[in-house]
Amino acid sequence: MSKFSKKRGSSSPGISTASLPDIVFMLLFFFMVVTVIRENELKVDVTIPMASELRKLENKSLTTYMFIGKPMRRYQGQYGDAPQLQLNDKFANKNQIPFFLEEKKLKVEERLRDKMITSLRIDNDVTMGFVTDVKTELRKAEQLRVNYAATQGDVVK
Amino acid sequence: MSLRGNKKERMSTEINAGSMADIAFLLLIFFLVTTTINSEKGLPVKLPPWSDEEVDPTQLNTRNVYSVLVNLNNDLLVRNEPMDIADLRENAKEFIMNPTGREDLAESPKKAIISLKNDRGTRYETYLQVYNELKGAYNEIWETESQRKYNASYDDLPIPQKKEIQKVIPLIISEAEPVDVAGGGGN
Repeated sequence: MSKFSKKRGSSSPGISTASLPDIVFMLLFFFMVVTVIRENELKVDVTIPMASELRKLENKSLTTYMFIGKPMRRYQGQYGDAPQLQLNDKFANKNQIPFFLEEKKLKVEERLRDKMITSLRIDNDVTMGFVTDVKTELRKAEQLRVNYAATQGDVVK
Repeated sequence: MSLRGNKKERMSTEINAGSMADIAFLLLIFFLVTTTINSEKGLPVKLPPWSDEEVDPTQLNTRNVYSVLVNLNNDLLVRNEPMDIADLRENAKEFIMNPTGREDLAESPKKAIISLKNDRGTRYETYLQVYNELKGAYNEIWETESQRKYNASYDDLPIPQKKEIQKVIPLIISEAEPVDVAGGGGN
């Protein structure tokens, strides 16, 4: 009996941190799996609308992104606050779309080219005139598979 | 005594894992900063090929055309009647299937065409909501059809059977070039 109490008194066991790396690694792997590496630095503000009939984009390597929205505040001095199109990392003009698409096409294997999808990430407040012009360019370039990016949600409350 | 001490020293030669947590945290923070949460979802649409001559849906039998107009103020005009977006889905379903065989609705689901027209000044959000509702109407119809025919959910059907359903009830949304009313927001 006395032996036990003596032992307890003399040693002060600290909390073992040996399992901490395991926990952190678990978190790390979780985040590595559910996230994607950011490819484009966004220069326009894009709040995508809500919709309910969504499909997941299957193949990331076949997806081309286009962003339309108001330039972010720090670019507004240079580009104004009218909606702008962003391709890759740059603000672009509508006329640059065919070239941009062609560039993307070259990076994809030939047999997969007709499976390419253009994902349009467009801000809620953009007017349809702009969107239609972009769509027209896509149709002219024969990029007909389009995906309007949206978040899951009920349109009608 | 000295022997005992020696033993203890030998026992405690493990790698110190205390800094492991720091390394893992560093990696974790790196990934948190450089990545985005996967939110790659969207409304898939197949655009019509470009041609200079526009197909004029007004030449078709008007009873088969479900015209949806969205104006500058994001109001809907469906078959010449103002409508709330909340009623669009049910109304479109009724038009396509025409369960009571009404004279003024589509002859058959196969012949039904949806004509969507918007103003250049229409907000994208409204446009997408309208598109979503129309697509939702078709999805619901396909779902009931699939339940009736195959007793299975449409999403679980193999592709040939999906095609079979889509052949009977094709999704045709014709989008006319937007009109520019009073130069509304055409940028």
